[in-house]
Amino acid sequence: MKTGTLLSIENLNKHFDGIKALDDFSCSVGRGEILGLIGPNGAGKSTLFNVVTGFIPRDSGAVYLKGQNITGKPPYKITQGGIARTFQNLRLLRQMTVLENVLLSYKNQPGERLGNIFLKRKKSDEVEAVNGVLAMLLLSQAGISSKAHDMASDLSYGEQKLLSVVCCLASGAELLLLDEPVSGLNPVMIDTILALIKKLPEESKTVILIEHNMDAVAEVCSRVIAMDAGQKICEGTPAEVRNDPRVIESYLD
Amino acid sequence: MEYFLHILILIGIYTILSISLNLLAGYTGILSVAHAAFYGVGAYVAALMALKLHTPFPLNLFLAIGAATLFGAVVGIPSLRIKDDYFVIATFAFQIITFSLLNNLVSFTGGPMGLPGIPQPVIFGFTVSGHIPFLILTFIFCVLTFWIANRIVASPFGRVLKAIREDEVFAQACGKDVSAYKVTIFMIGAGLAAIAGVLYATYISFIDPTSFTVMESIFIISIVIIGGAGNLWGSVVGAAVLVTLPELLRFVGLPNSVAANIRQILYGGLLVAFMLWRPRGFIGEYAFGRGNKAEGSRQKAA
Repeated sequence: MKTGTLLSIENLNKHFDGIKALDDFSCSVGRGEILGLIGPNGAGKSTLFNVVTGFIPRDSGAVYLKGQNITGKPPYKITQGGIARTFQNLRLLRQMTVLENVLLSYKNQPGERLGNIFLKRKKSDEVEAVNGVLAMLLLSQAGISSKAHDMASDLSYGEQKLLSVVCCLASGAELLLLDEPVSGLNPVMIDTILALIKKLPEESKTVILIEHNMDAVAEVCSRVIAMDAGQKICEGTPAEVRNDPRVIESYLD
Repeated sequence: MEYFLHILILIGIYTILSISLNLLAGYTGILSVAHAAFYGVGAYVAALMALKLHTPFPLNLFLAIGAATLFGAVVGIPSLRIKDDYFVIATFAFQIITFSLLNNLVSFTGGPMGLPGIPQPVIFGFTVSGHIPFLILTFIFCVLTFWIANRIVASPFGRVLKAIREDEVFAQACGKDVSAYKVTIFMIGAGLAAIAGVLYATYISFIDPTSFTVMESIFIISIVIIGGAGNLWGSVVGAAVLVTLPELLRFVGLPNSVAANIRQILYGGLLVAFMLWRPRGFIGEYAFGRGNKAEGSRQKAA
């Protein structure tokens, strides 16, 4: 497993009309780590994801990926740079097939450049065929390959969440930001998705996981950061954070 | 017989227009009401070149496509920065501006008098005159447009377009430069519409601004919607139906002044009826594949 820092977040600030969503927030994530991010609703967890991936501009502070400053870059460039994410309100292409959802996620596709469609057709067809095989492989690892040609909207809620994680894997990103991947799911699906996440460090992938389900966090995360009102209030192993009085208090508020 | 050929040529021209708009509205989900403007730019550029500079047809065609594509960038780059309804209004504004320019730059475009006497196309020494040769020429360009559009929508590039239509934020999160894709397809749509403009100008041999009004844009939108947005064959069927249908009124024996008004009512009525009972159009996006299950889920969504 590679070591070193993959992502470092330095003094991020973001406020929405006087509400501090991120208040001088700093943290760093090592390669191959699964970091849990917990905190009550409105603590700023999803805002942190949105700022890191460029969907929301920050007020001040900086984000470095592999030592490179990625602050202020547009979302598509940040994704191409190696950060994939899922959304809390689960975004997918619901009126397109499961396979198309996965295929879209691959980066550097020659067939996505207009000139190649007409002039380098063979090359783009080859890459498309390879991606198709890789996508089916990912889908069968996730156990939904039999539904590859169904509309994404025909999947169950749990399978849709699973699919969104599969899309992140297809993107080849080194860092996965998963926003509540198991909330609202049945225990069997929770186990399936957690098993998938747990294997990620072996594939030299790094994960930041937002989750309210403390048992899920404890199962997969090596380190947990608890947030409240945009600040880091506690950091440590899942057991330490779970028993920290500040964390208990913030959840009771 | 000539009348029948005339209808077929018009169907061909509107097929090109609706396919080019389908790329924008049907596949990428950007509803532009400026399509008649690009159609007009194509027609006027080719006509002016032929009339004033006497340049050959292939060059005129090439320049008309180029000019419309560039104009597509001029309209698309600022308009595509804004979303949904506001985008429609922005393209509407460009449509009005284009019409006003064509109508008022009298010394250049002939203004309301139009440009008469546009010469027939000469391709490699062969003059395309008469209905049958022109029908063949139109057919060739229809096939070419269909082929280009089909290559685009069947490719990974087309998959990105559909992703933008379904969920722009998701497409961005997948690492796609959404605005670049939108501007690119907008320019392609404009360029393809110019082909129809060139064919129309050289076929009728007379153009004036009234052929390129916002009503014309709406007519092209109707073809796309009634034919089936997101399906290229839908555009072919839609063009055939909407061009033929009002012609049938002639045979009912209505006086011309009444028939013209009934045409508008017919289009409006059809559009409302399709929106209510068959929003997918004659041929929906997945009419030829993906199985019944997929079709069923679309129906539910509609």
